[in-house]
Amino acid sequence: MKRRLEISELIFKVLSYVFLTIFALACLYPLVYAFSSAISGETVVDANEVILLPKDIQFEAFRYVFNDNIFWTSYSNTLFVTFFGTLWALGVAILGGYALSKKRLLFRRGFNFFLVFTMWFSAGMVPQWINYKNTENVFNALAGGDLDNKWLIVIAMGMAAMNVILLRNAFEGVPSEIEEASIVDGATELQILTKVYIPMSQSTIATVALFFAISRWNGYYWAQQFTDQPEWPLQVYLRSNINAYLLGGTDEKFIIPDGYGEFSVNSFIYAMIICAIIPILIIYPFIQKYFAKGVNMGGVKE
Amino acid sequence: MKKQVLDEYIIYDEQTQTYSMDPEQAVRDDVEKNHWKNTVKTILKDWRLYLMLVPLLFVFFCWRYLPMYELLGAFKYPVNNLPVAEQNYSGFAWFARILFADPSRSTMFWRAFRNTFLLSFYGLCFGFPMPIIVALFFNEIKSNIYRSGIQVLTYLPKFMSTVVMTTLTIMLLSSGVGREPGIVSQFLEWTGLVSEEAANKGLLNDPQYFRAIYQITGIWEGAGYDSIVYFAAIIAIPPTSYEAAQIDGAGKMAQMKHVVLPSILSTLVIMLINRIGSLLSVGYEKVYLLYNTSTWETADVVSTLAMRWGGIAGAGNSGGIIAQAMASAAEMLNNLTGMILVIGANTIARKVSDVSLY
Repeated sequence: MKRRLEISELIFKVLSYVFLTIFALACLYPLVYAFSSAISGETVVDANEVILLPKDIQFEAFRYVFNDNIFWTSYSNTLFVTFFGTLWALGVAILGGYALSKKRLLFRRGFNFFLVFTMWFSAGMVPQWINYKNTENVFNALAGGDLDNKWLIVIAMGMAAMNVILLRNAFEGVPSEIEEASIVDGATELQILTKVYIPMSQSTIATVALFFAISRWNGYYWAQQFTDQPEWPLQVYLRSNINAYLLGGTDEKFIIPDGYGEFSVNSFIYAMIICAIIPILIIYPFIQKYFAKGVNMGGVKE
Repeated sequence: MKKQVLDEYIIYDEQTQTYSMDPEQAVRDDVEKNHWKNTVKTILKDWRLYLMLVPLLFVFFCWRYLPMYELLGAFKYPVNNLPVAEQNYSGFAWFARILFADPSRSTMFWRAFRNTFLLSFYGLCFGFPMPIIVALFFNEIKSNIYRSGIQVLTYLPKFMSTVVMTTLTIMLLSSGVGREPGIVSQFLEWTGLVSEEAANKGLLNDPQYFRAIYQITGIWEGAGYDSIVYFAAIIAIPPTSYEAAQIDGAGKMAQMKHVVLPSILSTLVIMLINRIGSLLSVGYEKVYLLYNTSTWETADVVSTLAMRWGGIAGAGNSGGIIAQAMASAAEMLNNLTGMILVIGANTIARKVSDVSLY
């Protein structure tokens, strides 16, 4: 039996189509605009005449970014920090989360509290800064010289209690009978973890890895505080250009070097933004489902 | 045999419908409390498991708990190049100064404290309901392809880094010193929402727009992504529930109230506790990247104030080591209040409903 929609239902339906379409377009628009501006001519961009589609097309800004060595050094730094940072944090979190998921662990509540407390209270910017500075000194002393501060970012920054708890909850969901069976078969603790628990919690591990990777990829403030130019990650380099050429942080003017056609400094920055988010756009369809899953796991239990 | 662990102690047996104590937990508690000498033996027997925990504890100790030790500096007379342990106690001198004794400092502190609270409070008022509304709207779209397409687009901003997001904000609102206002400013001017004068000055240079910009970009960034969790709860409602309500003559609003609301309530409470708990922690990176000297009035939060006092804000304007100690004190006050809010919100939620976060 097909029922006629009530007037209130009809209004709501129309409203939702209209609202969501506008919202989705608003989410897409800045990217399209950035791309169009990146390939539009200097006078058009400076006069803000680009609205949606590029006008007076040039590819000089992209060519300039492609030949910008600092940009690609920063890019490789970001990839380095993201890869090793995720590897380290995930390894530590998997081992610790596994141990915490075991009921037989003594002082389990104490250890859990030790983690959860950091979600409630943090020391703040200045103490954290002093702490990282001390860490830098210790690392330099250990390395017997000036250690690349990328390692400071990889090892010291980016651990999050929430991610450990997500892993712990996933490991707790693995039936204990399987563990008992493996023990009977003579498996060691590490074998049980790698052969049983990790394969059975793959999707949670993928989600948590994604969270770690995103936070390393996006990290700006501490990286800006503790790295100098050749060690800069991409975000710091990007922002330094904004500061220099758009916010009037310095008096230098953006000068187009010889061999390049005319393009606006805005096009240069938009081109960098597009280059910076293209890898994310490429892997986005593949990781999106893990992201959606991660939110639903957000409920914490103790 | 299905068994469900309710608490650490109590096991509910579904077959016999009885509760029983978990005998092993009793043993563990006994070991922890009374036979601490056996503890070492137990740990040694199971050393592999405890070894796995060591890196995690090490990381948290070094880079989450040692900074808390540095907070001791808020109670000391700072001396250059002297470890905080060897400095002399100043008692609550710095706290007194930022709270009331030093007018120039205390006005800045209270302004920052108020801004921190207001930015998250407006987030609670506007940012919190948006994902729910978006999820309700998603539920109306029956075409799967169209809905997934829209969902993918609305999650997209969440994937951009804070730097990219703020850069786009800066460039779309005001495309630089001495240039024409950005495309979004032009649009707002055209709709009459902002005056021509304000658009030419740059919306990010005007304190009265900062909070709105902060909230709108926050909604733009998070509403789609945050709707996932509500949408999952809404889509789980069986269609028969709606049909039953419709037969009873319920309009859309009545269906919302009697069908949808009860099913998302527990999710909503968890999210609300989360929000209330983080009322005093504002994303400092976003503020730091969006604010400037002309918008301090509404934009400066405690974290960014501490950065400046501590001389770690890029172009820092630290007043030296005393200012650094006061920065520690300011953030400590803020974060302690925040912690009380988290625990309070959680306790109340546990009392009122069965849902709690921790």
